[in-house]
Amino acid sequence: MNELTSFWSGWIIVISLGSIIGCYVLLSVVRKGQKFNGDTQQTMGHEFDGIEEYDNPLPKWWYWMFVLTVIFALGYLALYPGLGNFKGLLGWTQESAYNEEVAAAEAEFGPMFAQFSQTPIEALAKNDQAMRIGQRLFANNCSQCHGSAATGGYGFPNLTDKDWLYGGDAASIKQTILNGRMGAMPAWGPILGESGVHQVSQYVMSLSGRETDAAAAKKGQALYSTNCQACHGEQAQGNHLFGAPNLTDNIWLYGGGEQQIKQTIRNGRSGRMPAWEAILGQDKSHVVAGYVYSLSNQ
Amino acid sequence: MRHEVIEKNMGLMIVLIVVAISFGALVEIIPLFFMKQTTQPVENLKPLTALELEGRDIYQREGCLSCHSQMIRPFRAETERYGPYSVAGESVYDHPFLWGSKRTGPDLARVGQRYSDEWHRAHLYNPRDVVPESNMPGFPWLFENTIDGNETQNKMIALRLVGVPYTDEQITTAKAEVRGTREVDALVAYLQQLGTVIER
Repeated sequence: MNELTSFWSGWIIVISLGSIIGCYVLLSVVRKGQKFNGDTQQTMGHEFDGIEEYDNPLPKWWYWMFVLTVIFALGYLALYPGLGNFKGLLGWTQESAYNEEVAAAEAEFGPMFAQFSQTPIEALAKNDQAMRIGQRLFANNCSQCHGSAATGGYGFPNLTDKDWLYGGDAASIKQTILNGRMGAMPAWGPILGESGVHQVSQYVMSLSGRETDAAAAKKGQALYSTNCQACHGEQAQGNHLFGAPNLTDNIWLYGGGEQQIKQTIRNGRSGRMPAWEAILGQDKSHVVAGYVYSLSNQ
Repeated sequence: MRHEVIEKNMGLMIVLIVVAISFGALVEIIPLFFMKQTTQPVENLKPLTALELEGRDIYQREGCLSCHSQMIRPFRAETERYGPYSVAGESVYDHPFLWGSKRTGPDLARVGQRYSDEWHRAHLYNPRDVVPESNMPGFPWLFENTIDGNETQNKMIALRLVGVPYTDEQITTAKAEVRGTREVDALVAYLQQLGTVIER
């Protein structure tokens, strides 16, 4: 795949070696005939504003430095891949250097991660070393959405509280990290109509103990039991199976204001947690799960 | 002193300088055009869809590549953070390359599918809404501007001329596909496919 045809290989070899040797020849030719018996008084023959230029040979140290660079270049091309398809005497490649680096890290950290992966998540959450690693992994991969303190934000769940969409036990957390989640609240505006949206919103607000229009809330309750109960539950406690949030705890993913609740009912919401198994792998996901678990189980 | 001839003859000097510095390009650049590793697409690589292509142009227009590279180098520190290192075959349909050479923000070569569309939109509107520490500017106008698609077909025809295998059908439907779409949705579509061809 990364082989050159022999023409291009030859092309590179001829031009590379040709220019190195050419440089050396040029240097030698220019040096030839110049005498090195101290500074001469001979000038270049031009003069500007009384300033003249001596015609001295290159200083010796300069000449030898130049020769050294030529030797270095030839040595480098002999050891490392540079001359067309010639692999170099050391057999070095970019891929092998990378693979060695990864293998060295694997030898150093592999056993540690293997041990972590044998530890139950609940116990891992109490392991200082694992939690420091987990915190770094979280900062790199999860904090963009959930925040560096894991407190979430609008549309992105807070991971430090006890309120979970898909369950806060160790197995559920790990499942969420590995496979991601798709939250889908359908849009009810077209079905309920604007007055229905208003009524349901009044009922939903009353669930978290707020003063609402009691008459509308009563109608809203009827609409709730026919339309919303299937996911959010009879007591509006939510359902981890669907990622349906608890509506009674006054914790809101998309805002708990009247207009925000109405918008959620009217247009629906869809939150997506990406799947991390392919990116983090099992072992690191396990450590991150431990870290997330530790946030709400101190 | 024959050197004097060169020094006093500007045209000759220019020609000789060009010859001297062209050796590097002759050896390091030209042979790559004839090397399978750099000219063959990786398996499953497909040309960008019309929408992703428009998104790519917005990426260029907004200067994203002055702060974000799309090139993961083969060092463990990079692959641990961003994913498998980039290979040349992933970029064969990129004209021009958007590899970049400056990272004020993170590398984006494998940002695709890492975050949700919703996150990208929130982040592009005002990055500090989701990442308080961010110094990336917001791009709120992407939410107001829509794409008219008048140039989409021409762009695809031009890309086909340089070797991107668009089919006639893709080009015919391109305008209808993108017309009226918000710019932010095109950009998000582009970002979400970045680096997803290679198995992680």
